[in-house]
Amino acid sequence: MADAGAPVGPESPVMANVAFTVNGKRRELDLDIRTSLLDAAREHLHLSGSKKGCDHGQCGACTMIVDGRRINACLTLAVMHQGSDIVTIEGLGQPDNLHPMQDAFVRHDGYQCGYCTPGQICSGVAVLAEIEAGIPSHVTADLNAAPEATADEIRERMSGNLCRCGAYSNIVEAMTEIAGRPA
Amino acid sequence: MKFDTPATQNPIDQLKVIGQSVNRIDGKFKTTGTAAYAYERHDVAPNQAYGYVLGASIAKGRIRAIDDTSARAAPGVVTIVTTLDTPPLALGQMNYANLFGGAEIAHYHQAVAVVVAETFEQARAAAFLLTVDYETEAGRFDLAAEAGSAEPVGGDSGEGSDSGPGDRVGDFEGAFAAAPVTLDHTYTTPDESHAMMEPHATIAAWQGEKLTLWTSNQMIAWSKGSVAKILGIPKENVRVDSPYIGGGFGGKLFVRADAVLAALAAKAARRPVKVALTRPLIVNNTTHRPATIQRVRLGATRDGIITAIAHESISGNLKDGPPETAVDQTKLLYAGAHRLTGMKLARLDLPEGNAMRAPGEAPGLMALEVAMDEMAEKLGLDPVEFRIRNDTQVDPGNPERPFSQRDLVGCLTLGATTFGWDKRNPKPGQVRDGHWLVGLGVASGFRNNLLAKSGARVRLEVDGRVTVETDMTDIGTGSYTIIAQTAAEMMGVALDGIVVRLGDSDHPASAGSGGQWGANNATAGVYAACVKLREAVAQRLGINSADAVFADGVVRSGNRAVPLCEAAASGELVAEDAIEYGDLSKKQQQSTFAGHFVEVGVDIHTAEIRVRRMLAVCAAGRILNPKSARSQVIGGMVMGVGAALMEELAVDTRRGFFVNHDLAGYEVPVHADIPHQKVIFLDEPDPQSSPMKAKGVGELGVCGVGAAVANAVYNATGLRVRDYPLTLDKLLDRMPDAA
Ligand code: FES
Ligand code: FES
Repeated sequence: MADAGAPVGPESPVMANVAFTVNGKRRELDLDIRTSLLDAAREHLHLSGSKKGCDHGQCGACTMIVDGRRINACLTLAVMHQGSDIVTIEGLGQPDNLHPMQDAFVRHDGYQCGYCTPGQICSGVAVLAEIEAGIPSHVTADLNAAPEATADEIRERMSGNLCRCGAYSNIVEAMTEIAGRPA
Repeated sequence: MKFDTPATQNPIDQLKVIGQSVNRIDGKFKTTGTAAYAYERHDVAPNQAYGYVLGASIAKGRIRAIDDTSARAAPGVVTIVTTLDTPPLALGQMNYANLFGGAEIAHYHQAVAVVVAETFEQARAAAFLLTVDYETEAGRFDLAAEAGSAEPVGGDSGEGSDSGPGDRVGDFEGAFAAAPVTLDHTYTTPDESHAMMEPHATIAAWQGEKLTLWTSNQMIAWSKGSVAKILGIPKENVRVDSPYIGGGFGGKLFVRADAVLAALAAKAARRPVKVALTRPLIVNNTTHRPATIQRVRLGATRDGIITAIAHESISGNLKDGPPETAVDQTKLLYAGAHRLTGMKLARLDLPEGNAMRAPGEAPGLMALEVAMDEMAEKLGLDPVEFRIRNDTQVDPGNPERPFSQRDLVGCLTLGATTFGWDKRNPKPGQVRDGHWLVGLGVASGFRNNLLAKSGARVRLEVDGRVTVETDMTDIGTGSYTIIAQTAAEMMGVALDGIVVRLGDSDHPASAGSGGQWGANNATAGVYAACVKLREAVAQRLGINSADAVFADGVVRSGNRAVPLCEAAASGELVAEDAIEYGDLSKKQQQSTFAGHFVEVGVDIHTAEIRVRRMLAVCAAGRILNPKSARSQVIGGMVMGVGAALMEELAVDTRRGFFVNHDLAGYEVPVHADIPHQKVIFLDEPDPQSSPMKAKGVGELGVCGVGAAVANAVYNATGLRVRDYPLTLDKLLDRMPDAA
């Protein structure tokens, strides 16, 4: 919002060049600096697997894995990611070459409409990596022990990914199965 | 195909593919982000511009003027269409507030302009440069305050529940006065939002007079007609396409502002335009489940036989809008000689109230099934036993009309044994697990099964694959998969030999997705088309279709065996048909039933409520795919937990809008709120419903769950809350002593 009295009028958008790696490929874009990382992917790279459920960091549908950590791509500007290594749902696996987590979602029916699903899967992969890395959560009882991929840990860490279709019970089963696999 | 006598043995009964828990055929697309939803169809039309919708910032009144000078001059702006530039548009089907056009404002966030620009960021920035001059009018926004002036009204949810202003059987008042044990309580349910994860979105493109909308919509044929009506163009000039829909729950049954504004904007811009409603706009711009005030009266003999049952509900809506039909299930769920159901409707100036998953039953059972729990306690009866004593196998208001099938008793008894109901302490507030007070609750689930005409086209392609085309939608329900299963079973081919194309208005019109009628009707339509295709195949192969057996890609008759694909060797075979129904559902009542069981823990110190276990036992006809059907049920159960514990649109009764209009303010259940959920289906193919012998299950899951949660909270704490949602502030000052 402009301050009261400040002149508002036609100003050309400020553009900036940004380069990052998306799913292993270097991508370079000239973007209006107001472009979110989510819209850079969806509207400019036509990688629309990452979904826009709210554009406000309230739903998790836009989750991507950036430099190894999951983030809400709607809450970050693309130009803040110069040099970042970005993995989207399209980078995890493809229809005929599913990532184990994608495959587990299919077998456990961990989705219905599918709109939250890419976000759930990206979060799911990152959550198991977080647990593996020993990062504690709100429900970790013993901060000195290594956290485990219990149902409670999974539910807590996945709670930023809303699913209005209510596939939660199946998502937890899919993730538990993957977590239980030998590395 | 006319279905007017009960189904006999047919190829579906082989259950080689139907009835199997196969994985969804669209799963690999949804899990890889390659299923394209409406806003993502970059390839369908070149040079798409971005539309950004501005909503009214008053609830009632009119617009004096809109100054768009600076917005038009803003960078990248292609065009702007304001509501003042447009005459009031006609209403679409089951639509009660204007979607656009004219100066009048009927509700908050009604669309007042769409700004079209080269990029989303430019359109958004320019939209905030519009200055709208409003003349505000006083409105009515408070249901409780208007309840006294509400008028008796009949109504239909459009989704299988309808009721008159006052439906009577026998002498309710007399029987209630004479009953030795009575209950009279009022329950309230709040306004709720669908909150589907995919915002309403549309890409519109004109080619001359022809309009195509790539959109997110549950009911393709309705919407094609509505778009034509709203825009005043011939229906033949409209095509609607919705292959993937990111959830609807009734919120996408109808055409909404995204579709209309994309069409108008594309016309003005002379190029394709895409529009998504922003999340904060959705709650007030679109529809919601209306709040209710429900009074339930029960009279019973001392041994727990209901003699008098009354259920009355007050809800509110815009002018000409329907009531929430919360009393309908009470006409059918329990026995009782003397009955009364009635509805009243208050005129409100809040956004449009309309269907949300199980309209009527979802809020209705939240009241009735708590009343049943309270009455059981008054009678000193177990709540499962009380329900069983009052089961009815016939329509209580019309006893010569039986249910086609009804095993509510089986749902309740199997549920009780499976859940460990015998361990429930009937005295509330007794069971502790550390700092948790633990309680169990039960409720019946009920939802009607609806029959609606549904068409499909099937092709046997030259390469032997079978393609199914229908305008049926898959809103997460599993339509793609159960339709493929139906065609595979009928044509005797493997599931991966079936291609399913959905959601296109150029395909035969189906029943669509709503009122849990999609699965049974849409697959029955595919069955009908496959029967025709089988005849065409037999004819071409010179086989008698009556004794032809289609299995393993081969058609057999007598000692002949011909590969199915040979029938298409000289060219594709195409068959089209629809299922149409006679009056079977009038002669016998078709409904679905559930027993819902819930265990909760309530924190003795903070009154925080946690759901610990959930079970639903469902009797809902043949289950076409137990895996996807189970998902429908657990999804309903999640929504039921939301309704019981957290979901409430907060009304600003002075300014007239829903305040918590985004996903941070409107809380829905998250992972941490939901435990493992168990679902059991009773095996009961219903030959009255269709050749598929299936019924709906997509809404049964939400029906009754909220009450089971509330009853469990009572059993845990001894505190009865009759105003949903059960937030901890309603318990805290009454919690039992922690000691
Ligand atoms: S779209 Fe990013 S959190 Fe909802
Ligand atoms: S699958 Fe529909 S919102 Fe999760």
